[in-house]
Amino acid sequence: MSSMAKQAQPRVGVLQGTLDMLILRTLLYGPAHGHQIGKHIQRTTNEFLQMQHGSLYPALHRLERKGWVVSRWETAPDRNREFKYYRLTDKGRKQLVAEESQWKQMSEAVARVMWPAAEES
Amino acid sequence: MSRWQINWRQSKKRDADLERELRSDLELEEEEQREGGISEEEARYAALCAFGNPTLIREQTRAIWSWNWFESLARDLRFSLRTLRRTPGFTVIAILVMALGIGANVALFTVVRGVLLKPLPFHEPDRLVMLYEAGLHEDDAVGSNSNVVSGGIYAEWKNQNRSYSSLALAQNIRVGLSGSGGQLPEKLSSALFSWDMLRTLGVQPPLGRDFTQADDSPGANGTVLLSWGLWKRRFGGDPAILNQTIDLDAQPYTVIGVMPAWFDFPDPSTQLWTPVYHDKPRDTMTSFSDHMFRVVGRLKPGISASQGVADLGIISQRIHNEHLNDQFVFQSAESRPLLDHIVGEIRKPLYVLLEATCCLLLIACLNVANLLVARAAARRKELAIRTALGGGWLRLIGERLMECLLLSASGGALGLLLSFAALQWLTRTRHDMTRVESIHIDSVVAAFTVGVIALCALFSGLIAAFSISDRRILGALHEASRSVGGASARASLRKVLLALEVGLTVILLIGAGLLLKSYERLRSADMGCITQGVITMHLGLPDARYATRALRTNFYDTLLDRVRALPGVDAAGFVTSVPGQGYGMDWTFSIVEHPPLPQGRGLSALSRWADPKYFGAMGIPIVRGRTFDGGKRLDAANEAIVSQSFASQYFPGEDPLGRHLHVRGRNAVIVGIVGDTRYAIGETPQPVQYYPLDAGVEGVGTLVIRSSHDPNHDLEQFVLPVQRIVSEMDRDLPVSDVLTMNQLLGKSTLDQSFNTALLVAFATLSLVLAAVGLFGVTSYIAAQRTTEIGIRVALGAKREQVMRKMLLDGMRPAVFGLVAGLAASLEAGQLMRDLLYEIKPLDPAVYVAVAATLLAVAAVACIVPAWRASRVDPMQALRAE
Repeated sequence: MSSMAKQAQPRVGVLQGTLDMLILRTLLYGPAHGHQIGKHIQRTTNEFLQMQHGSLYPALHRLERKGWVVSRWETAPDRNREFKYYRLTDKGRKQLVAEESQWKQMSEAVARVMWPAAEES
Repeated sequence: MSRWQINWRQSKKRDADLERELRSDLELEEEEQREGGISEEEARYAALCAFGNPTLIREQTRAIWSWNWFESLARDLRFSLRTLRRTPGFTVIAILVMALGIGANVALFTVVRGVLLKPLPFHEPDRLVMLYEAGLHEDDAVGSNSNVVSGGIYAEWKNQNRSYSSLALAQNIRVGLSGSGGQLPEKLSSALFSWDMLRTLGVQPPLGRDFTQADDSPGANGTVLLSWGLWKRRFGGDPAILNQTIDLDAQPYTVIGVMPAWFDFPDPSTQLWTPVYHDKPRDTMTSFSDHMFRVVGRLKPGISASQGVADLGIISQRIHNEHLNDQFVFQSAESRPLLDHIVGEIRKPLYVLLEATCCLLLIACLNVANLLVARAAARRKELAIRTALGGGWLRLIGERLMECLLLSASGGALGLLLSFAALQWLTRTRHDMTRVESIHIDSVVAAFTVGVIALCALFSGLIAAFSISDRRILGALHEASRSVGGASARASLRKVLLALEVGLTVILLIGAGLLLKSYERLRSADMGCITQGVITMHLGLPDARYATRALRTNFYDTLLDRVRALPGVDAAGFVTSVPGQGYGMDWTFSIVEHPPLPQGRGLSALSRWADPKYFGAMGIPIVRGRTFDGGKRLDAANEAIVSQSFASQYFPGEDPLGRHLHVRGRNAVIVGIVGDTRYAIGETPQPVQYYPLDAGVEGVGTLVIRSSHDPNHDLEQFVLPVQRIVSEMDRDLPVSDVLTMNQLLGKSTLDQSFNTALLVAFATLSLVLAAVGLFGVTSYIAAQRTTEIGIRVALGAKREQVMRKMLLDGMRPAVFGLVAGLAASLEAGQLMRDLLYEIKPLDPAVYVAVAATLLAVAAVACIVPAWRASRVDPMQALRAE
């Protein structure tokens, strides 16, 4: 733990409920295994979102249970080993669209409250 | 393969899959870290940091897939089973206690449901009402509002009312079935029905046909419906019995049908049914003042019971006004739902018993809770450690509840068996009970049982869980090292539970005590006659064979002469009904020497026909005058004897001897005054007028035989000789109801003795439970204080002091409970007011006896552990732990 605390950059936890959306969005690029997804989210947010990769798995399994993703053991092209790859389903795609629009509405609403002048101009 | 197994396999596979996934990803992470150029160990560490705690992740992920609550339930179940198995003694006791409580409740609920709550098995039973005549005199409202109905009024009601779709009539009688095919003649309970009674009830005989209107007339051939039981027993269940002729009271009757086995209207003893207009003389059926029938009405749709009664009341009032000179024509009507009429007498005692079993169940629950609290206290360390390690409080409560659920479910299953056995026994031994045939364990009862089990589990579980809810973990852990003062909170919870338990027990004890005392009073009530060494037998001379009064008097003369000649017979007599046999009949009379009463008023008193030696045989004292003149027969026998209360009520301040009573158109001179008797046990003595049997008017009555040698033992020895005498005189004449006076009185108090026995059993049971509870708590306190006591003794405390202190400690909850229970009983006793005979619900003797019993039992329960505590060896006590 202490090694984490030394990190200079401020990092925050993933907002409750947005993790699903982030995973689904990541899978839009194509199938990926848990490690890749975790790495991708971390990298694209410039390490801003702090996330132990482990916390992905409950979320992944939850998505699988809901039928938004499916999984399969496949050999990774670069490692010559099998990993469990997750793939977006049609249902998951729809869900992503829904969550995205919800998130948009939400952030716009927040923005209107926070920066009213900018909105009016 | 079951679904459960499939689920289980899937979850195994999923677990392995998850394991592999986590491992492969973690390895990848490690590899990547290593590629960054650090040592293997550092890489693994860094990978774990980036990854998180694998065990936790596994748990969380697994939770996504499994039914979490279900798994934790199964875990609780396993855990509870293991805990219970570890303490078999506790488990067995708790289950037994629960089984008794639940069993008693289920059994009584089944009875209450079967008897009181189930609708009658008739067509649209809600619209059936029992109708009575009411309102004889304006100033005499008491007791006259539910009178049996006269034949004339019934006919008028039936013809003129507009509120009932049908009105039907019934009367209980007894008939002699002649011997046939080698079978003895026997006396049977029977009922007269108007032809439309079964149609009114909506019942049809499964075999044969119902009465028709043509059957129900004086000119018709005799017809009879048999009960299922009689058909099976007497006629071998042979359908060929239809259209055969049987002899009832020496008259031929054609069997037209057999009623279903469950049909027991008007009461459970009824064995056959005959049409009333065929059997009863025309003048009885048209009289307005001979009240003897039960009338059942079926209300038309949309008509309320009170509308119906108002309708009939108008008819009665008109007839009353037309017959102002007859003082026994009622002027209004009353009705009650048929179910109320049938179960009226049994309702109150059943509800009291049900309340008693509820008390018992509550006591059982408290006891189990008490045991659980004790155990929770003993497991305090374990629980504290589990809490310290992160075991959730809710989980602990869940476990406790699961434990209680297991206990009460097993207890409930056992209790269901118990109640099943109890009900079997009840239906076998109490055929006479109203609606006993409708008592069954059915789905509603099963649901009730499940409900009770759940309630018990919740109740005792929550109490027990409450006791571990304090979360002073450190305190518990500290205490564990050396407990000298400790854990008093838990002991005080147990004391409160105990006080409650004792309080409930006191209520039950008081109830049982009141019933017991009332029953004793009832049985020791002076009947006004000898009850030891007296045997009674019922005889009824059928009108068809004994058509003249002379035939009857001849029969009586011969019978009594021959019976009196039997060896061992001290005295014998014949009377229409003996004390304790019931109300029998009453007659209106007037006193010739007195001025006539105002119009519409009259006198009536119980009337009996007796032979001259009856009074001597029954030990009814002749206070003044003499008994009947044994030489007078028929019209010459025109004497009367009255009871003491008759004399004082109707001849105040004057000598009744020599006065004349005018009865049924004849005058009788009063020749004697005899002692008062009770027509039923529990009733106050009523005025009685006696007339001589030798007048030959009555053909039905009871033969009494008194024998002084070896009272009650050898009374049965007279039965066969008497039966032989009777059959020699008349082959078809049955001798029935052979009962000693004690049996006769015992039979009439069967309900009371039954209720009393049950309530006493419940109360005893709860007393035992309370004693066990007291013993347990005192032992527990003593065990907890062993060290403290050791120190005290070491410092010089006297053993007597220690013992006294322990005893007082143990007794305190008992005393609190006693006081609370006595206070509550003041209220509860009022509920039983109607069930008590000649004692008040606040009978001080009962209260004192209960208090003394309870204190004695409590003292005994506490004294053993207290004594043991005082014997503690200080060295050992201090070394302990």
